[in-house]
Amino acid sequence: MIPSKFDYVRPNSVDEAVAALKAGGEDSKVITGGQSMLPLLRLRLAAPSVLVDCARIDEMKGIKDNGDSVTIGAASTHWDVLNNEIVKTHVKLLADATATVADPQVRHRGTFGGALAHGDPAGDLPAVVVALDATFEIAGAKGRRQVTAKDFFVDYFTTAVGPDEILVSVTIPKLGKGWGTCYEKFNRSANGWAIVGVAAAVKVEGGKITEARIGLTNCASVPVRASSVESALKGVSASATEIESASQSAADGTRATSDLGADKEYREHLMRVLTARAVSCAAGA
Amino acid sequence: MTELAEHVAAVGRPLKRKEDARLLTGKTQWTDNIQLAGALHMAILRSPMGHAKITKLDVSGALKYPGVEAAYGADELGDLNGSVPCVWPVTDDMVAPDFPALAKGEVRHMGDCVALVLAGTAAQAADALEGIVVEYSALPAVIDMEEAIKDGSPLVHSDKGTNKCYTYKLQPQGDGAYEAAKAKADVVVKRRFVNQRLIPAFMEPRAVVASPMGTSGELTIWSATQVPHVLRVLLALVTGVSENKLRVVAPDVGGGFGGKLQCYREEILCVALANKLGRPIKWNETRSEDMMATHHGRDQLQDIEIAATKDGKLLGLKVDLIANMGAYLQIITPGIPLLGMFMYPAIYKMDAYDFSCIGVFTNTTPTDAYRGAGRPEATYAIERIMDELAHELGMEPMELRKKNWIKHEEFPYTTAAGLTYDSGNYEAATDKAMALFKYDELRAEQVKRRASGDKVQLGIGISTFTEMCGLAPSRTLGALKYVAGGWEHCTIRVLPTGKVELVTGTSPHGQGHETAWSQIASDTLGIPVDDIEVIHGDTRTSPYGMDTYGSRSLAVGGQAILRAGEKVVEKARLIAAHQLECSANDLEFDNGVFRVKGDPSKEKAIQAVAFEAFSAHDLPDGLEPTLQAESTVDPQDFSYPHGTHLCAMEVDTETGKSTIRSYVCVDDIGIQINPLIVEGQVHGGLAQGIAQALYEGAVYDSDGQLLTASFADYLVPSAPDLPSFVTDHTITPSTTNPLGTKGVGEAGAIASTPAVINAIVDALRPYGVNDVPMPALPMTVWRTLNAARQGGK
Repeated sequence: MIPSKFDYVRPNSVDEAVAALKAGGEDSKVITGGQSMLPLLRLRLAAPSVLVDCARIDEMKGIKDNGDSVTIGAASTHWDVLNNEIVKTHVKLLADATATVADPQVRHRGTFGGALAHGDPAGDLPAVVVALDATFEIAGAKGRRQVTAKDFFVDYFTTAVGPDEILVSVTIPKLGKGWGTCYEKFNRSANGWAIVGVAAAVKVEGGKITEARIGLTNCASVPVRASSVESALKGVSASATEIESASQSAADGTRATSDLGADKEYREHLMRVLTARAVSCAAGA
Repeated sequence: MTELAEHVAAVGRPLKRKEDARLLTGKTQWTDNIQLAGALHMAILRSPMGHAKITKLDVSGALKYPGVEAAYGADELGDLNGSVPCVWPVTDDMVAPDFPALAKGEVRHMGDCVALVLAGTAAQAADALEGIVVEYSALPAVIDMEEAIKDGSPLVHSDKGTNKCYTYKLQPQGDGAYEAAKAKADVVVKRRFVNQRLIPAFMEPRAVVASPMGTSGELTIWSATQVPHVLRVLLALVTGVSENKLRVVAPDVGGGFGGKLQCYREEILCVALANKLGRPIKWNETRSEDMMATHHGRDQLQDIEIAATKDGKLLGLKVDLIANMGAYLQIITPGIPLLGMFMYPAIYKMDAYDFSCIGVFTNTTPTDAYRGAGRPEATYAIERIMDELAHELGMEPMELRKKNWIKHEEFPYTTAAGLTYDSGNYEAATDKAMALFKYDELRAEQVKRRASGDKVQLGIGISTFTEMCGLAPSRTLGALKYVAGGWEHCTIRVLPTGKVELVTGTSPHGQGHETAWSQIASDTLGIPVDDIEVIHGDTRTSPYGMDTYGSRSLAVGGQAILRAGEKVVEKARLIAAHQLECSANDLEFDNGVFRVKGDPSKEKAIQAVAFEAFSAHDLPDGLEPTLQAESTVDPQDFSYPHGTHLCAMEVDTETGKSTIRSYVCVDDIGIQINPLIVEGQVHGGLAQGIAQALYEGAVYDSDGQLLTASFADYLVPSAPDLPSFVTDHTITPSTTNPLGTKGVGEAGAIASTPAVINAIVDALRPYGVNDVPMPALPMTVWRTLNAARQGGK
């Protein structure tokens, strides 16, 4: 379909982009890879007056190793992320989850920051950054601010990024020794959104799980942590049966929705099954 | 004279397709690429309601938008508002409601056309739709077929007083024959299968350009259609434009699967408006429009009952269908279930067959032909119930099939449905498929997994299908009340330089016919494949034809090519004999060269003869110049390809997810002209049949909202969702056409759906599962399994 008319600007810096957003008023929108925005435009579900294209802002691209953390520019493509040596070595969970995003064409165009700022609860990456306690750098007219993953995702398609703000980068702490990770995605087709996804990071010491962080995809209006499973796993042996038993509370605190492919009851069932699988895989059980 | 390449036997070789370069790179002419000066672009306002009165419609607001030249509702359009034709009145008392291109005061399905705008660009037309004021008053909608035929149901067409379109019965052995057979049975198995609604989802959305050309009053229509010839006749009848002034061109067309076998509202509107305004009118649809306004397929409730002796001999089969017509009838909407009617007895021998079908109107998009058109539905039901019967009898499902199928020495065989199958060898195809599949090893693994209580169970699904190709003997169509014939036409012209123009009335839309047709003509004429140009899809250059659907292009069209080629050779023989000063009977014709028997030094190539026929300096007395011939062939009968498809399925009993582990099929489609194209057709068909089993399904809510109106919700699988197929073949030539060919367009789509579902049911049989609704989504399988487990307790 043909989108409604809009203006288009392509700033060269974050400051220029913020200024352009402000100048465009309430109906201005950021675009990078366009893999979420363009379908909305084509279906006329969104009709922004100005699109501010941030895909070519140098500061928003690239991945750097900070020693104890990794910072990823928001405009890095999924392809850049999943093939990056720093990410593969230190944030393998993110590389693994990114490899499941849509198809190669989308991964070449779509961006890491775009997928997060879009705030789609069915997206794979929000659960990963929530599980890994990432920090978000947001730029606005009043300068820069840092937001934690817990506060970043507000509601369906709503994040802490204000209408005149831009997500610049995301910093993810490295996991230390003894940690294993796994992203377990369940979908109807290889290219489809997750019905349920589970991002698990598990630390095993002496055959016992000492810490677990579990992020759930598409189980509420925002990505959530399976906190009660995380607590239940503390101190249990890294065996399939114990993990399965600890995973029975995976749906606690979630607010799953129903759609054609999966209703609430089935989603909650999948949360339990997939959490057990993801944790077992991460723990090498 | 140009240097002539030598002819090498072409039929049977896996030649790469001539059309690949232009189709794969997109360097060709699709309808939407056609740019005509002064064209007006049409955009259509469609009903967002399933059923409603239009209480107000004011299109004048659209005229204020930039670039808009005209806007129409049904009132403004007046007499130009033609009605979509239905050419298959299956019974004398069939209810056939009017189907105006633009709705007249009432909309009956989501996507019904309400108004239209003509503007200078497509974007201007789309924007201006927002200027149209329309108010609806909701009417009760009816979506469920069984609700629709109950007394007191809301009516789709209140003036008709009923939602029943027709009731059709077939009792080839007479009334009571089935009941008599059933009375002798030890086992009777009855099931309700739901063959869900599908959306064709071809790659190129529909597109039309209609334009006055020249000063003679000619109107040319380019359309992404499978049926330019049929469309010309229908557009002439509907719009009143004289048929000899209408030229319909199907440029390269990006797939159809039956979805472009139609005379659509939008085609009627473009033609009527171009004719009235004297300007080109162009329209192409969005994917969302396509999904709600292109006709849908399947959507039948199938009550099927099979009766057998305790040792597994089939006695009788009874099928009672309820078939969803949608809100209106389109070109052959009511006939689709009847194409399936003949196929329920499939490859099996039985004493009695009893069929009935009720066609029903609902507030949904009209249904019509979709890859297989009735035969997939029939094959699904019979192949599913054969597995259920085997289970009831405690027999191995393949053994039950073997016991009942027509043996290869019994052909030709007249089935309980009254069709005479030409040829087949079910034994050979099955033996080959079972060996490739390693059937016994998989059964052994299944036993182990069942014993160990593996969370992932293994199932084996069988489908020993047959189908009916080569539509169709004209007399048979007449007997079924279909208004047209089923013949096909070909003209072959050998040009002075020895190059060939092959003009066919079939209308390829991506299958590779240009290559296959060249192969047939090449061997007939002894002229290399690359020297043959296939001309098609234009009623001016290929005036006669019945187009492409139902695997008729080879089975019927191929015969016309062969016959026209033979006629060319016969004429060339007369000229060669005259010039070589011998009798025509003394000439041998081999690889494009006429030689005098016993004196092979005296020879003449057919290309040289073509030049002589062109110069006409020295032809036999009374023989007309030029080397060309035409042939119109009405087929003797249908052809009946068959095959054995085997699917090994792993079902995760925790999540309900079904994953195909291996898929083997051995198809017998008779003589293969181009095995590479055959393989491609089988692969694509398998993907579509598997899609019905596991992925696709059009869903409406109770108000008539199509919930699957985009690819985000209507799930078409892609390559990563499908296994690597093992495809092979046996060859049992057809005995009813001289090429020995049968047809392969639908085989994969027809055979695979029951194979996949049978495999899932087989995997879950130990839990008490005896059916899984389609599409077998993970949630659906999980629920089915839970219900069976609870039922067992």
